[in-house]
Amino acid sequence: MAIAGVAFMILFAILGIVLVYAERKISAFFQLRLGPMRVGKWGTAQTIADVIKLLLKEPHINKDADKFLFNLAPFVIMISAFLAMAALPFAKGLQALDFDIGIFYISAMSSIGVVGILLAGWSSNNKYSLIGAMRAGAQIISYELSVGLSLLTIVVLTGSLQLSTIVESQADGWWIFRGHIPAAIAFLIFLIASTAETNRGPFDMAEAESELTAGFHTEYSGMKFAFFFLAEFANMFIVAAIGATVFLGGWMPFHIPAFAGFNEVMDFIPPIVWFFGKTSFLIFMMMWFRWTFPRLRIDQLLTLEWKYLLPISLVNILFMAFLSLMGWHF
Amino acid sequence: MKSFITYLKQIFWGLRSLVKGMSVTGYYFTHPKEIITQQYPENRESLKMFDRFRGEVVLLHDENNEHKCTGCSACEVACPNGTIEIISKRIDVEGRKVKAIDQFVYHLQMCTMCGLCIPACPTDAIVMANTFEHAVFDRSKLTKILNNPGSKIMDGIK
Repeated sequence: MAIAGVAFMILFAILGIVLVYAERKISAFFQLRLGPMRVGKWGTAQTIADVIKLLLKEPHINKDADKFLFNLAPFVIMISAFLAMAALPFAKGLQALDFDIGIFYISAMSSIGVVGILLAGWSSNNKYSLIGAMRAGAQIISYELSVGLSLLTIVVLTGSLQLSTIVESQADGWWIFRGHIPAAIAFLIFLIASTAETNRGPFDMAEAESELTAGFHTEYSGMKFAFFFLAEFANMFIVAAIGATVFLGGWMPFHIPAFAGFNEVMDFIPPIVWFFGKTSFLIFMMMWFRWTFPRLRIDQLLTLEWKYLLPISLVNILFMAFLSLMGWHF
Repeated sequence: MKSFITYLKQIFWGLRSLVKGMSVTGYYFTHPKEIITQQYPENRESLKMFDRFRGEVVLLHDENNEHKCTGCSACEVACPNGTIEIISKRIDVEGRKVKAIDQFVYHLQMCTMCGLCIPACPTDAIVMANTFEHAVFDRSKLTKILNNPGSKIMDGIK
Protein backbone atom coordinates (compact mmCIF):
# COMPACT_ATOMS: atom_id res chain seq x y z
CA MET A 1 0.00 0.00 0.00
CA ALA A 2 2.90 2.32 0.81
CA ILE A 3 4.46 1.55 -2.58
CA ALA A 4 1.13 2.32 -4.26
CA GLY A 5 0.98 5.62 -2.40
CA VAL A 6 4.48 6.60 -3.51
CA ALA A 7 3.65 5.53 -7.06
CA PHE A 8 0.57 7.75 -7.06
CA MET A 9 2.59 10.68 -5.74
CA ILE A 10 5.16 10.25 -8.50
CA LEU A 11 2.38 9.89 -11.06
CA PHE A 12 0.83 13.08 -9.71
CA ALA A 13 4.07 15.04 -10.07
CA ILE A 14 4.74 13.68 -13.55
CA LEU A 15 1.17 14.38 -14.62
CA GLY A 16 1.43 17.96 -13.41
CA ILE A 17 4.66 18.61 -15.27
CA VAL A 18 3.61 16.86 -18.47
CA LEU A 19 0.09 18.28 -18.61
CA VAL A 20 1.17 21.87 -17.94
CA TYR A 21 3.68 21.58 -20.78
CA ALA A 22 1.07 19.95 -23.03
CA GLU A 23 -1.49 22.61 -22.22
CA ARG A 24 0.89 25.45 -22.99
CA LYS A 25 2.08 23.87 -26.21
CA ILE A 26 -1.38 22.84 -27.43
CA SER A 27 -2.94 26.18 -26.58
CA ALA A 28 -0.11 27.88 -28.46
CA PHE A 29 -0.73 25.80 -31.58
CA PHE A 30 -4.47 26.52 -31.43
CA GLN A 31 -3.68 30.23 -31.35
CA LEU A 32 -0.99 30.24 -34.07
CA ARG A 33 1.79 30.66 -31.53
CA LEU A 34 4.80 28.50 -30.74
CA GLY A 35 4.50 28.33 -26.96
CA PRO A 36 7.54 27.80 -24.72
CA MET A 37 10.63 27.40 -26.90
CA ARG A 38 13.61 28.64 -24.89
CA VAL A 39 14.18 26.31 -21.93
CA GLY A 40 15.44 23.03 -23.32
CA LYS A 41 14.74 21.69 -26.78
CA TRP A 42 11.25 22.87 -27.81
CA GLY A 43 10.83 24.29 -24.31
CA THR A 44 10.51 20.83 -22.73
CA ALA A 45 12.24 21.91 -19.50
CA GLN A 46 9.99 24.95 -19.11
CA THR A 47 7.65 23.38 -16.53
CA ILE A 48 10.58 22.09 -14.46
CA ALA A 49 11.92 25.64 -14.36
CA ASP A 50 8.45 26.84 -13.37
CA VAL A 51 8.28 24.30 -10.53
CA ILE A 52 11.65 25.48 -9.19
CA LYS A 53 10.47 29.08 -9.40
CA LEU A 54 7.25 28.26 -7.53
CA LEU A 55 9.17 26.36 -4.83
CA LEU A 56 11.43 29.35 -4.20
CA LYS A 57 8.60 31.86 -3.98
CA GLU A 58 7.44 33.45 -0.75
CA PRO A 59 4.26 31.86 0.62
CA HIS A 60 2.43 35.07 1.38
CA ILE A 61 -0.62 35.06 3.66
CA ASN A 62 -3.13 37.88 3.64
CA LYS A 63 -3.16 39.85 6.91
CA ASP A 64 -6.88 39.33 7.58
CA ALA A 65 -7.03 35.81 6.24
CA ASP A 66 -8.23 32.89 8.32
CA LYS A 67 -4.78 31.31 8.50
CA PHE A 68 -5.77 27.76 9.40
CA LEU A 69 -8.38 27.41 6.66
CA PHE A 70 -6.17 29.30 4.23
CA ASN A 71 -3.43 26.72 4.66
CA LEU A 72 -5.86 23.83 4.72
CA ALA A 73 -7.65 24.57 1.45
CA PRO A 74 -4.94 23.50 -1.03
CA PHE A 75 -4.51 20.23 0.85
CA VAL A 76 -8.25 19.46 0.77
CA ILE A 77 -8.20 19.88 -2.99
CA MET A 78 -5.08 17.76 -3.38
CA ILE A 79 -6.42 15.03 -1.11
CA SER A 80 -9.69 14.82 -3.01
CA ALA A 81 -7.77 14.43 -6.26
CA PHE A 82 -5.58 11.73 -4.70
CA LEU A 83 -8.56 9.83 -3.32
CA ALA A 84 -10.34 9.89 -6.66
CA MET A 85 -7.24 8.81 -8.53
CA ALA A 86 -6.74 5.80 -6.26
CA ALA A 87 -9.73 4.00 -7.78
CA LEU A 88 -8.76 4.40 -11.43
CA PRO A 89 -8.10 1.14 -13.31
CA PHE A 90 -4.84 1.69 -15.20
CA ALA A 91 -4.56 -1.84 -16.54
CA LYS A 92 -5.79 -5.34 -15.73
CA GLY A 93 -5.17 -5.68 -11.99
CA LEU A 94 -3.28 -2.39 -11.84
CA GLN A 95 -5.74 -0.63 -9.60
CA ALA A 96 -5.12 0.47 -6.03
CA LEU A 97 -8.74 0.31 -4.83
CA ASP A 98 -11.33 -1.77 -6.65
CA PHE A 99 -14.56 -0.94 -4.86
CA ASP A 100 -17.84 -2.48 -5.96
CA ILE A 101 -19.18 1.09 -6.00
CA GLY A 102 -16.20 2.49 -7.90
CA ILE A 103 -18.03 5.07 -10.04
CA PHE A 104 -20.02 6.33 -7.08
CA TYR A 105 -16.82 6.58 -5.05
CA ILE A 106 -14.96 8.55 -7.72
CA SER A 107 -17.78 11.02 -8.31
CA ALA A 108 -18.15 11.49 -4.54
CA MET A 109 -14.42 12.07 -4.05
CA SER A 110 -14.04 14.45 -6.97
CA SER A 111 -16.82 16.61 -5.55
CA ILE A 112 -14.97 16.98 -2.23
CA GLY A 113 -12.66 19.29 -4.15
CA VAL A 114 -15.34 21.98 -4.12
CA VAL A 115 -15.00 22.12 -0.34
CA GLY A 116 -11.39 23.12 -0.81
CA ILE A 117 -12.37 25.78 -3.32
CA LEU A 118 -15.01 27.19 -0.97
CA LEU A 119 -12.52 27.18 1.92
CA ALA A 120 -9.95 28.98 -0.20
CA GLY A 121 -12.47 31.60 -1.26
CA TRP A 122 -13.83 32.13 2.23
CA SER A 123 -10.55 32.21 4.15
CA SER A 124 -8.82 34.64 1.75
CA ASN A 125 -11.01 37.48 3.04
CA ASN A 126 -11.22 38.88 -0.45
CA LYS A 127 -14.44 39.62 -2.31
CA TYR A 128 -13.13 38.32 -5.62
CA SER A 129 -12.08 35.06 -4.03
CA LEU A 130 -15.44 34.66 -2.34
CA ILE A 131 -17.42 35.37 -5.53
CA GLY A 132 -15.21 32.93 -7.43
CA ALA A 133 -15.64 30.25 -4.78
CA MET A 134 -19.41 30.69 -4.68
CA ARG A 135 -19.58 30.43 -8.45
CA ALA A 136 -17.45 27.31 -8.34
CA GLY A 137 -19.79 25.83 -5.73
CA ALA A 138 -22.93 26.55 -7.75
CA GLN A 139 -21.29 25.26 -10.90
CA ILE A 140 -19.87 22.02 -9.54
CA ILE A 141 -23.04 21.11 -7.65
CA SER A 142 -25.11 21.69 -10.80
CA TYR A 143 -22.88 19.86 -13.23
CA GLU A 144 -22.32 16.95 -10.86
CA LEU A 145 -25.91 15.90 -11.70
CA SER A 146 -25.27 15.66 -15.40
CA VAL A 147 -21.98 13.83 -14.93
CA GLY A 148 -23.65 11.33 -12.61
CA LEU A 149 -26.62 10.79 -14.91
CA SER A 150 -24.49 10.32 -18.01
CA LEU A 151 -22.37 7.76 -16.17
CA LEU A 152 -25.52 6.02 -14.94
CA THR A 153 -26.66 5.71 -18.56
CA ILE A 154 -23.78 3.30 -19.11
CA VAL A 155 -24.25 1.66 -15.73
CA VAL A 156 -27.72 0.66 -16.99
CA LEU A 157 -25.93 -1.47 -19.57
CA THR A 158 -23.15 -2.85 -17.36
CA GLY A 159 -25.35 -3.55 -14.37
CA SER A 160 -22.39 -2.84 -12.09
CA LEU A 161 -20.73 0.16 -10.50
CA GLN A 162 -17.40 -1.64 -10.14
CA LEU A 163 -14.82 -0.13 -12.48
CA SER A 164 -13.02 -3.39 -13.22
CA THR A 165 -16.32 -5.08 -14.16
CA ILE A 166 -17.24 -2.14 -16.39
CA VAL A 167 -13.94 -2.47 -18.24
CA GLU A 168 -14.30 -6.27 -18.53
CA SER A 169 -17.81 -5.87 -19.95
CA GLN A 170 -16.36 -3.92 -22.89
CA ALA A 171 -14.24 -6.79 -24.19
CA ASP A 172 -16.54 -7.21 -27.20
CA GLY A 173 -16.69 -3.50 -28.00
CA TRP A 174 -16.70 -0.21 -26.20
CA TRP A 175 -19.98 1.03 -24.79
CA ILE A 176 -19.94 4.16 -26.93
CA PHE A 177 -20.32 1.89 -29.99
CA ARG A 178 -22.47 -0.81 -28.44
CA GLY A 179 -24.87 1.62 -26.81
CA HIS A 180 -25.05 3.66 -30.06
CA ILE A 181 -27.40 6.72 -29.91
CA PRO A 182 -28.02 7.10 -26.15
CA ALA A 183 -24.40 6.26 -25.35
CA ALA A 184 -23.17 8.88 -27.81
CA ILE A 185 -25.51 11.49 -26.29
CA ALA A 186 -24.37 10.51 -22.81
CA PHE A 187 -20.74 10.77 -23.89
CA LEU A 188 -21.32 14.27 -25.26
CA ILE A 189 -23.07 15.35 -22.06
CA PHE A 190 -20.30 13.79 -20.01
CA LEU A 191 -17.65 15.73 -21.96
CA ILE A 192 -19.45 19.05 -21.48
CA ALA A 193 -20.39 18.52 -17.84
CA SER A 194 -17.01 17.16 -16.80
CA THR A 195 -15.25 20.11 -18.40
CA ALA A 196 -17.47 22.30 -16.25
CA GLU A 197 -16.81 20.17 -13.18
CA THR A 198 -13.06 20.66 -13.44
CA ASN A 199 -13.57 24.45 -13.59
CA ARG A 200 -11.88 24.72 -16.95
CA GLY A 201 -12.70 27.01 -19.82
CA PRO A 202 -15.23 27.76 -21.27
CA PHE A 203 -16.69 27.13 -17.80
CA ASP A 204 -13.88 28.74 -15.75
CA MET A 205 -16.28 31.10 -14.02
CA ALA A 206 -14.51 30.42 -10.73
CA GLU A 207 -11.29 31.92 -12.07
CA ALA A 208 -12.63 34.40 -14.61
CA GLU A 209 -9.39 36.36 -14.68
CA SER A 210 -10.94 39.23 -16.60
CA GLU A 211 -13.50 39.95 -13.88
CA LEU A 212 -12.26 38.26 -10.67
CA THR A 213 -8.45 38.53 -11.16
CA ALA A 214 -8.01 34.81 -10.40
CA GLY A 215 -11.11 33.87 -8.42
CA PHE A 216 -10.62 31.61 -5.44
CA HIS A 217 -6.80 31.47 -5.66
CA THR A 218 -6.21 35.22 -5.99
CA GLU A 219 -4.45 35.43 -2.62
CA TYR A 220 -2.36 32.30 -2.96
CA SER A 221 1.27 32.32 -3.97
CA GLY A 222 4.19 29.97 -4.29
CA MET A 223 3.66 26.27 -3.74
CA LYS A 224 0.12 26.67 -2.38
CA PHE A 225 -0.90 28.24 -5.66
CA ALA A 226 0.91 25.43 -7.45
CA PHE A 227 -1.21 22.93 -5.50
CA PHE A 228 -4.39 24.46 -6.92
CA PHE A 229 -2.85 24.38 -10.34
CA LEU A 230 -1.73 20.79 -9.94
CA ALA A 231 -5.14 19.75 -8.60
CA GLU A 232 -6.83 21.29 -11.63
CA PHE A 233 -4.69 19.20 -13.97
CA ALA A 234 -5.08 16.10 -11.82
CA ASN A 235 -8.86 16.55 -11.86
CA MET A 236 -8.76 16.92 -15.60
CA PHE A 237 -6.84 13.66 -15.83
CA ILE A 238 -9.26 11.91 -13.46
CA VAL A 239 -12.32 13.07 -15.37
CA ALA A 240 -10.77 12.06 -18.69
CA ALA A 241 -9.80 8.69 -17.21
CA ILE A 242 -13.37 8.07 -15.99
CA GLY A 243 -14.71 8.99 -19.41
CA ALA A 244 -12.20 6.70 -21.08
CA THR A 245 -13.01 3.85 -18.68
CA VAL A 246 -16.78 4.06 -18.88
CA PHE A 247 -17.34 5.05 -22.50
CA LEU A 248 -14.17 4.07 -24.37
CA GLY A 249 -13.31 0.78 -22.68
CA GLY A 250 -10.53 1.83 -20.30
CA TRP A 251 -7.50 -0.36 -20.79
CA MET A 252 -9.50 -2.75 -23.00
CA PRO A 253 -8.08 -2.89 -26.56
CA PHE A 254 -10.27 -2.07 -29.53
CA HIS A 255 -12.15 -5.26 -30.37
CA ILE A 256 -14.60 -6.09 -33.13
CA PRO A 257 -16.31 -9.43 -32.37
CA ALA A 258 -16.32 -10.67 -35.98
CA PHE A 259 -12.58 -10.21 -36.70
CA ALA A 260 -10.51 -12.53 -34.50
CA GLY A 261 -7.23 -11.69 -36.26
CA PHE A 262 -7.74 -7.96 -35.89
CA ASN A 263 -8.54 -8.44 -32.21
CA GLU A 264 -5.30 -10.35 -31.65
CA VAL A 265 -3.26 -7.61 -33.31
CA MET A 266 -4.95 -5.10 -31.03
CA ASP A 267 -4.13 -7.26 -27.99
CA PHE A 268 -0.41 -6.81 -28.69
CA ILE A 269 -0.66 -3.16 -27.68
CA PRO A 270 -0.29 -3.16 -23.88
CA PRO A 271 -3.37 -2.14 -21.85
CA ILE A 272 -1.56 0.75 -20.16
CA VAL A 273 -0.94 2.30 -23.58
CA TRP A 274 -4.63 1.97 -24.43
CA PHE A 275 -5.61 3.56 -21.14
CA PHE A 276 -3.25 6.52 -21.41
CA GLY A 277 -3.99 6.91 -25.12
CA LYS A 278 -7.73 7.21 -24.58
CA THR A 279 -7.25 9.44 -21.55
CA SER A 280 -4.94 11.80 -23.40
CA PHE A 281 -7.38 11.89 -26.31
CA LEU A 282 -10.10 13.10 -23.94
CA ILE A 283 -7.69 15.57 -22.30
CA PHE A 284 -6.90 16.89 -25.76
CA MET A 285 -10.62 17.32 -26.45
CA MET A 286 -10.99 19.31 -23.22
CA MET A 287 -8.05 21.51 -24.17
CA TRP A 288 -9.59 21.98 -27.59
CA PHE A 289 -12.82 23.17 -25.94
CA ARG A 290 -10.92 25.50 -23.66
CA TRP A 291 -8.94 27.23 -26.37
CA THR A 292 -11.85 27.54 -28.80
CA PHE A 293 -14.92 28.68 -26.90
CA PRO A 294 -15.42 31.98 -25.10
CA ARG A 295 -16.24 31.90 -21.39
CA LEU A 296 -19.90 31.61 -20.43
CA ARG A 297 -21.67 34.07 -18.17
CA ILE A 298 -22.87 32.63 -14.84
CA ASP A 299 -26.56 32.72 -15.87
CA GLN A 300 -25.77 31.12 -19.23
CA LEU A 301 -23.79 28.47 -17.39
CA LEU A 302 -26.68 27.53 -15.13
CA THR A 303 -29.17 27.75 -18.01
CA LEU A 304 -27.08 25.29 -19.98
CA GLU A 305 -27.13 22.82 -17.11
CA TRP A 306 -30.68 23.11 -15.81
CA LYS A 307 -32.53 23.74 -19.07
CA TYR A 308 -30.50 21.66 -21.49
CA LEU A 309 -28.07 19.09 -20.10
CA LEU A 310 -30.14 17.83 -17.18
CA PRO A 311 -33.47 17.28 -19.05
CA ILE A 312 -31.65 15.72 -21.98
CA SER A 313 -29.71 13.34 -19.77
CA LEU A 314 -32.89 12.38 -17.87
CA VAL A 315 -34.69 11.55 -21.13
CA ASN A 316 -31.56 9.84 -22.35
CA ILE A 317 -31.29 7.53 -19.35
CA LEU A 318 -34.95 6.57 -19.83
CA PHE A 319 -34.25 5.88 -23.50
CA MET A 320 -31.23 3.77 -22.54
CA ALA A 321 -33.25 1.79 -20.00
CA PHE A 322 -35.87 1.09 -22.66
CA LEU A 323 -33.17 0.06 -25.14
CA SER A 324 -31.54 -2.16 -22.58
CA LEU A 325 -34.86 -3.85 -21.70
CA MET A 326 -35.66 -4.50 -25.37
CA GLY A 327 -32.11 -5.73 -25.96
CA TRP A 328 -31.56 -3.31 -28.81
CA HIS A 329 -27.96 -2.56 -27.91
CA PHE A 330 -25.15 -4.64 -29.35
CA MET B 1 -45.16 21.68 -29.22
CA LYS B 2 -43.89 24.77 -30.99
CA SER B 3 -41.69 25.70 -28.07
CA PHE B 4 -40.32 22.16 -28.00
CA ILE B 5 -39.33 22.46 -31.67
CA THR B 6 -37.64 25.80 -30.89
CA TYR B 7 -35.81 24.05 -28.03
CA LEU B 8 -34.50 21.34 -30.34
CA LYS B 9 -33.57 23.94 -32.95
CA GLN B 10 -31.60 25.88 -30.36
CA ILE B 11 -29.65 22.76 -29.43
CA PHE B 12 -28.97 21.98 -33.08
CA TRP B 13 -27.78 25.50 -33.96
CA GLY B 14 -25.76 25.73 -30.77
CA LEU B 15 -23.95 22.48 -31.49
CA ARG B 16 -23.44 23.52 -35.11
CA SER B 17 -21.78 26.80 -34.15
CA LEU B 18 -19.59 25.01 -31.59
CA VAL B 19 -18.42 22.51 -34.22
CA LYS B 20 -17.75 25.39 -36.61
CA GLY B 21 -15.55 27.12 -34.05
CA MET B 22 -13.70 23.91 -33.25
CA SER B 23 -13.04 23.29 -36.94
CA VAL B 24 -11.36 26.69 -37.20
CA THR B 25 -9.03 26.06 -34.26
CA GLY B 26 -8.57 22.46 -35.41
CA TYR B 27 -7.38 23.77 -38.77
CA TYR B 28 -4.84 25.99 -37.02
CA PHE B 29 -3.68 23.11 -34.83
CA THR B 30 -3.07 20.80 -37.79
CA HIS B 31 -1.35 23.45 -39.93
CA PRO B 32 1.86 24.53 -38.17
CA LYS B 33 2.79 26.56 -41.27
CA GLU B 34 0.22 29.15 -40.22
CA ILE B 35 2.14 29.98 -37.03
CA ILE B 36 2.97 33.67 -37.00
CA THR B 37 5.42 33.73 -34.07
CA GLN B 38 8.97 34.66 -35.10
CA GLN B 39 11.98 33.41 -33.16
CA TYR B 40 13.75 36.74 -33.06
CA PRO B 41 17.43 36.38 -32.18
CA GLU B 42 17.65 33.14 -34.15
CA ASN B 43 16.12 34.50 -37.34
CA ARG B 44 18.09 37.73 -37.24
CA GLU B 45 19.74 37.05 -40.60
CA SER B 46 16.53 36.38 -42.47
CA LEU B 47 14.28 38.72 -40.52
CA LYS B 48 12.31 41.04 -42.76
CA MET B 49 10.39 43.81 -41.06
CA PHE B 50 7.15 45.13 -42.46
CA ASP B 51 6.92 48.09 -44.83
CA ARG B 52 4.90 50.20 -42.43
CA PHE B 53 7.14 49.49 -39.43
CA ARG B 54 8.62 52.73 -38.07
CA GLY B 55 12.12 52.24 -36.71
CA GLU B 56 14.06 55.49 -37.08
CA VAL B 57 14.21 58.54 -39.34
CA VAL B 58 16.82 58.46 -42.08
CA LEU B 59 17.79 61.04 -44.63
CA LEU B 60 18.05 59.40 -48.03
CA HIS B 61 21.28 59.82 -49.97
CA ASP B 62 21.82 58.70 -53.55
CA GLU B 63 25.05 57.25 -54.97
CA ASN B 64 26.54 60.74 -55.57
CA ASN B 65 26.15 61.50 -51.86
CA GLU B 66 23.30 63.89 -52.61
CA HIS B 67 20.13 64.31 -50.59
CA LYS B 68 16.87 66.17 -51.13
CA CYS B 69 16.76 68.20 -47.91
CA THR B 70 16.38 71.94 -48.49
CA GLY B 71 16.66 72.83 -44.83
CA CYS B 72 13.13 74.24 -44.72
CA SER B 73 12.62 72.98 -41.11
CA ALA B 74 9.08 71.72 -41.81
CA CYS B 75 9.94 68.44 -40.08
CA GLU B 76 11.32 70.28 -37.08
CA VAL B 77 8.03 72.17 -36.77
CA ALA B 78 5.97 69.01 -37.26
CA CYS B 79 7.85 67.05 -34.60
CA PRO B 80 5.80 67.02 -31.36
CA ASN B 81 8.75 66.47 -29.01
CA GLY B 82 11.71 68.29 -30.47
CA THR B 83 13.48 65.28 -31.84
CA ILE B 84 14.67 66.94 -35.03
CA GLU B 85 16.97 69.95 -35.05
CA ILE B 86 17.92 71.55 -38.36
CA ILE B 87 21.07 73.63 -38.30
CA SER B 88 21.12 75.56 -41.56
CA LYS B 89 23.69 77.65 -43.34
CA ARG B 90 23.77 79.99 -46.32
CA ILE B 91 25.53 78.84 -49.43
CA ASP B 92 26.28 80.61 -52.69
CA VAL B 93 24.40 79.27 -55.69
CA GLU B 94 24.95 81.19 -58.92
CA GLY B 95 25.70 84.36 -57.06
CA ARG B 96 22.68 84.15 -54.71
CA LYS B 97 22.66 83.22 -51.05
CA VAL B 98 20.49 80.10 -50.59
CA LYS B 99 19.49 78.31 -47.39
CA ALA B 100 20.86 74.77 -47.00
CA ILE B 101 21.38 72.30 -44.16
CA ASP B 102 24.59 72.26 -42.28
CA GLN B 103 23.55 69.46 -39.89
CA PHE B 104 20.35 67.44 -39.69
CA VAL B 105 20.43 66.50 -35.98
CA TYR B 106 18.19 63.65 -34.91
CA HIS B 107 17.75 62.83 -31.20
CA LEU B 108 16.73 59.20 -31.29
CA GLN B 109 16.30 59.07 -27.50
CA MET B 110 13.40 61.52 -27.76
CA CYS B 111 11.74 60.09 -30.84
CA THR B 112 8.39 58.35 -30.33
CA MET B 113 8.35 57.02 -33.91
CA CYS B 114 5.09 58.83 -34.60
CA GLY B 115 6.14 59.50 -38.21
CA LEU B 116 4.64 63.01 -38.41
CA CYS B 117 7.87 64.38 -39.93
CA ILE B 118 7.61 62.15 -43.00
CA PRO B 119 4.43 63.65 -44.55
CA ALA B 120 5.56 67.13 -43.44
CA CYS B 121 8.61 67.02 -45.71
CA PRO B 122 7.83 68.88 -48.97
CA THR B 123 10.62 67.15 -50.92
CA ASP B 124 10.31 63.59 -49.51
CA ALA B 125 13.87 63.74 -48.27
CA ILE B 126 13.35 61.68 -45.11
CA VAL B 127 11.79 58.25 -44.60
CA MET B 128 11.19 55.87 -41.71
CA ALA B 129 13.63 52.95 -41.79
CA ASN B 130 12.85 49.40 -40.62
CA THR B 131 15.79 49.05 -38.26
CA PHE B 132 14.97 48.57 -34.61
CA GLU B 133 18.10 47.45 -32.74
CA HIS B 134 18.92 50.86 -31.32
CA ALA B 135 20.33 49.89 -27.91
CA VAL B 136 23.72 51.44 -27.15
CA PHE B 137 25.82 51.78 -24.02
CA ASP B 138 26.40 55.52 -24.32
CA ARG B 139 23.52 57.96 -24.43
CA SER B 140 25.43 60.45 -26.59
CA LYS B 141 25.47 57.88 -29.41
CA LEU B 142 21.71 58.32 -29.75
CA THR B 143 22.12 61.86 -31.07
CA LYS B 144 22.74 61.36 -34.75
CA ILE B 145 23.63 63.64 -37.62
CA LEU B 146 21.68 62.33 -40.53
CA ASN B 147 23.34 64.08 -43.45
CA ASN B 148 26.54 62.39 -44.57
CA PRO B 149 29.72 64.46 -44.34
CA GLY B 150 30.36 66.26 -47.61
CA SER B 151 26.88 65.65 -48.94
CA LYS B 152 24.99 68.28 -50.84
CA ILE B 153 21.54 68.90 -52.14
CA MET B 154 20.43 67.39 -55.43
CA ASP B 155 20.10 69.62 -58.45
CA GLY B 156 16.64 70.98 -59.08
CA ILE B 157 15.32 70.55 -55.53
CA LYS B 158 14.03 73.81 -54.13
